[in-house]
Amino acid sequence: MINYALALGQTAKPEAVLFYILAPLAVAAAIGMLVVKKAVHSAILLAWVMVTLAIFYIAQDAAFLGIVQIVVYTGAVMMLFLFILMLVGVDSSESLTETIKGLRWIAITASVGFGGLLISLLGRATLGRTSVGLVDANANGNVEGLAQLIFSNYVWPFEVISALLITAAVGAMVLAHHERTVKRVTQREQSQARFRSGSLAAAAGLPGPGVFALHNAVDVPALLPDGTPAAASISATLKARGDMLDSAQYQLDNNDNVEEDK
Amino acid sequence: MNSANYLYLSALLFTIGAVGVVIRRNAIVVFMCVELMLNAANLTFVTFSRINGNLDGQIVAFFTMVVAACEVVVGLAIIVTIYRSRRSASVDDANLLKR
Repeated sequence: MINYALALGQTAKPEAVLFYILAPLAVAAAIGMLVVKKAVHSAILLAWVMVTLAIFYIAQDAAFLGIVQIVVYTGAVMMLFLFILMLVGVDSSESLTETIKGLRWIAITASVGFGGLLISLLGRATLGRTSVGLVDANANGNVEGLAQLIFSNYVWPFEVISALLITAAVGAMVLAHHERTVKRVTQREQSQARFRSGSLAAAAGLPGPGVFALHNAVDVPALLPDGTPAAASISATLKARGDMLDSAQYQLDNNDNVEEDK
Repeated sequence: MNSANYLYLSALLFTIGAVGVVIRRNAIVVFMCVELMLNAANLTFVTFSRINGNLDGQIVAFFTMVVAACEVVVGLAIIVTIYRSRRSASVDDANLLKR
């Protein structure tokens, strides 16, 4: 399939069609990344941009890089991002309010200038040059060509990169390691603290989510015996996101129940 | 098709990423915008590798990917550490040096 994609990408016309369909989508997704409110949506849009870039790599005779892009970026890096998003809490700082006044417009104006400069420079760098193409360089296959370069000309950077990877892994472990400063509260101590807290109301622990009989989803607060919803039965994250349903609509209607019994 | 189109696309993506770094406040989104800029640079490397007809650009792009992976690992660890002490992932809340 990759060979087919390569053959398709090498001819001029299909590559142009591919580019003019995917490039606007990539730019739209990148702009959407800045506009959407939730960080999770930004992550999904970034994953799309990365997949698009992988397709462009494969279209440009860089099959190995295309695959690595999908495996490393959309696979490992984006999963790491989503993992940290879930760890830190999806509700954290989603606001788009600007703290420095007028920063947004300054940034957009400056970026238009910067982008124009970049595009004009790149245009000058490639003006009147025809693309050589990688047919000769990839004569023995893309992976073989890359391997030959990595283990000859680039063997020293390759070793340095491996040292960097190990350092990064150790650094992340050191940073994420959490030394416990107070003793862990055991289940037995928690239970004793509940009973000694003055009121016996908390002695049984927190109520679980869901309403008796009709609905027991995690976003529906449990009903207390007097019919009021128990807010403590909902996870704090769901409460912060506002994903809490009104449990009164799922309340068991006594009259209906009696009729069914007859 | 002219290969320079890929360069223009990468310049656009790089600029969009730079804007995102400046205007977004969530540290994780800022980080994702940095990733977008790195990806755009990679596209430039791959395109120039094709224009010049040798694989060196692809090697550099490959090294960039490895460095980006390291950067993500350490950066996210820093974000988690800051979140632990300040209960916030917003770049505006990390202002201890100011006070």
